[in-house]
Amino acid sequence: MSNWRPLASIEHLKQRAELLAQARAFLVARDVIEVQIPALARDSITEPDVQSIEVPGYGYLQTSPEYQMKRLLAAGMPSCYQLGPAFRHGEQGMLHNPEFTMLEWYRLGFDHNQLMHEVADLVDVLLGPKPYQRLTYEDVVGKSKGRGRDALDLAFAEACERLTPGRFFITDYPADQAALARINPDGQTAARFELVIDGIEIANGYWELLDADEHRQRFKIDSEIRQQRGLPAMAVDEAFLAALEHGLPECAGVALGFDRLVMLGGGAKALSDVMAFRGS
Amino acid sequence: MATYSTNEFRSGMKVMLDGDPCNILENEFVKPGKGQAFNRVKMRNLKNGRVWERTFKSGESIEAADVIELDMEYLYTDGEFWHFMKTDDSYEQVAADQSAVADSENWLKEQEVYQVTLWNDDPIAVTPPNFVELEVTDTDPGLKGDTANGGTKPATLSTGATIKGVPLFINIGDVLKVDTRTGEYVSRAKT
Repeated sequence: MSNWRPLASIEHLKQRAELLAQARAFLVARDVIEVQIPALARDSITEPDVQSIEVPGYGYLQTSPEYQMKRLLAAGMPSCYQLGPAFRHGEQGMLHNPEFTMLEWYRLGFDHNQLMHEVADLVDVLLGPKPYQRLTYEDVVGKSKGRGRDALDLAFAEACERLTPGRFFITDYPADQAALARINPDGQTAARFELVIDGIEIANGYWELLDADEHRQRFKIDSEIRQQRGLPAMAVDEAFLAALEHGLPECAGVALGFDRLVMLGGGAKALSDVMAFRGS
Repeated sequence: MATYSTNEFRSGMKVMLDGDPCNILENEFVKPGKGQAFNRVKMRNLKNGRVWERTFKSGESIEAADVIELDMEYLYTDGEFWHFMKTDDSYEQVAADQSAVADSENWLKEQEVYQVTLWNDDPIAVTPPNFVELEVTDTDPGLKGDTANGGTKPATLSTGATIKGVPLFINIGDVLKVDTRTGEYVSRAKT
């Protein structure tokens, strides 16, 4: 007989509902308004380490609402958040699922330091208050110069797993791991941060890069890496670049893996313990 | 030769690593949000039983190992090889050497069924059932009536293995149930 039962207990699902409501209330109270971005769009991202799920004839399931939310900001939308599904091809494990729930929000006029405070405030509401420790990327993995990207990524992943128990903000990522964060005045590091709680990566945020040409340049490097690795080519999202050319206001943004937070809140060990069902 | 990609890895899959056949025990997906994906894999080397942990870049492939596990009946030893026979009425036999039999030698009893691991048709490991019943061939004389006292003694079994923790009331000729995973006495077998 087919196993029709949910993966998560009803208790965990009720707790999820409560955390969703608390997160929304927290943001609304700070005048961050909810937006709804389509999960399915014509273009997706060029990042070589994030693979999109293609829906032939329609485009791609979005790996995050980032580009579309930034188009809203460029059009005059105030600080806003999206709490909804995001999709990543090939990611499946204790802490990964091809479809997951992402809370992403943008704050006009904030830099990454201000946003880190807000992320900590939200986590304190959802999981209860605890102290936060701040570490640089170099504190976590040592000097990155002369080390290959593969070796660094693995060293970073394993070092993060050892950051337990406790809440850690990791900052000052190497400039070549800036993603869409601006480069710090030192020219070597990016205005990017991540939050790791009890060894689990929870959130990733930027003081957003605004310059359209710099975006183009970074997308070009992404595409070259994709080609070298034999990954499918991804078209650059021209609508996103056009919005940047029009002008993105000064802002900071962060994406938070909501299922992982629910997992930590419920003392669960695997995402599947807090998900109603798993697609595959 | 067949290969498996990391995203096909499942526990129980047999693969080649450093020239030895291995059994995958665990496969964990590790990926920083903005970084490369890895698979951290725990596997047991089927030749020496050691557990190895290796990290692969996701998407990497490794060679499949031609390994099968068969239930086979133990027949006899000629001193150099231990002979097993298939239980499918084919009467087909294989000869396992010392390195394949290893510690299982302690628990080999004629006509008992064991799991024999074959790699490219050669036996590389012999796994006993969790419990075997073996006769005591030597032990200190039993103490009459002493069934409650907690004292124990060692006993030698028909295979030559010596086990500890045997109650004092056990005598030569008794048949004991032994846990082959721990090498410990479980109970006196009902006769």
